[in-house]
Amino acid sequence: MDPVILFFLLGALAGLFKSDLRMPPAVYDLLSMVLLLTIGLKGGVELAEHSVGGLIPQIGLVLLLGFTVPLVIFPLVRFVGRMPRADAASIAAHYGSVSVATYAVGVAFLESQRQSFDPQLPLFVVLLEVPAIMVGILLARGFQGGTRWGPLAHEIFMGKSIVLLLGGLLIGWVAGAEGVQPLEPLFFDLFKGVLALFLLEMGLIAASQARTLRNHGLFLVLLGVMIPVPLATAGAWLGWMMGLNVGGVTLLAVLAGSCSYIAAPAAMRIAVPAANPALSLTASLGVTFPFNIFLGIPLYYQIAQWLHGQ
Amino acid sequence: MDTTSRKLLTVVTEAALEARLCEALDDLGATGYTIVNARGRGSRGVRQADWSTSGNIRLEVICDEERAAEIATYLRDRYFDNFLMIIYISDVQVLREDKF
Repeated sequence: MDPVILFFLLGALAGLFKSDLRMPPAVYDLLSMVLLLTIGLKGGVELAEHSVGGLIPQIGLVLLLGFTVPLVIFPLVRFVGRMPRADAASIAAHYGSVSVATYAVGVAFLESQRQSFDPQLPLFVVLLEVPAIMVGILLARGFQGGTRWGPLAHEIFMGKSIVLLLGGLLIGWVAGAEGVQPLEPLFFDLFKGVLALFLLEMGLIAASQARTLRNHGLFLVLLGVMIPVPLATAGAWLGWMMGLNVGGVTLLAVLAGSCSYIAAPAAMRIAVPAANPALSLTASLGVTFPFNIFLGIPLYYQIAQWLHGQ
Repeated sequence: MDTTSRKLLTVVTEAALEARLCEALDDLGATGYTIVNARGRGSRGVRQADWSTSGNIRLEVICDEERAAEIATYLRDRYFDNFLMIIYISDVQVLREDKF
């Protein structure tokens, strides 16, 4: 087991046992900024060494995945789970969008397995973040007027995760491997340490969801555990069809099976206020995130190896 | 010392609404406002100040009575149904009345 995820466990236990451990918000912000920039920079540097033109069909397929996932989740939650329309749409948007933290743990996992992955994966993170949120809003509100798309689009597209991921990609792409070299000690060498501290706080946050879990427990646990694996399997299959390597297939599976906990909650809270934010956030942070980092990622890696016939 | 009576409108609500509220206050003619991060407990459970999507803010506006009522009504009609929101209005004595 990768030691970074033990930090998540530490945070979760500290939170459950009501330790006074707290991470100052500014530190958490800085850690998430470093992680986002690292992921972007790394992808940008490697993309600079490849031709980008061949990526266009892949970009189309990944966007299609982003639009399709919420359309599959919504009827399941709405009719099988018998949830109100707004909640079902919100949950669909959360699961369709992605979690950068889960992705970062996936990257750390592949590093510890000495497995490389395709350079375009960070770009896929950006591509998968937005479409599901838009579909979720449409599912909740229909095509009737009244949605102020302007400010909403601004919030979604100018959210810090997209700005930093894309910014990092562009900087890495422009600067190339040599240009980025002086930045390596902060962004690349410290990656695992930063991730460990970040996961400590994620554990504390996840533990703070325990209350909702007590109230809506069984449904949320079932939802949070049963949704990721089929989605990740679909993502892995798509990655394999696109010709990604084992690491790339694993990470696309991780992205497909992950659940947003920053961009989607913020957007859905404003656009679909009738949805109970505690439900989707608890499913995402309290169940799916821990499930993915402890069991999901190794499983998706197995699936990727199996698809590649290893 | 010369002071003038004004109303202090305090809103405790979800951090997610901050941008929307600021925009609305500008439109409704508030000359200024102050926002701080807040935490506490209410009917929707414990709210933390340290995490952006589940945090609370406390927003304060000083204005005349009419405007305070207008802002409070606007917020009530729009947000009370689905958002955590507490509004209260109190009397304050201000210096430099031309600022409010």
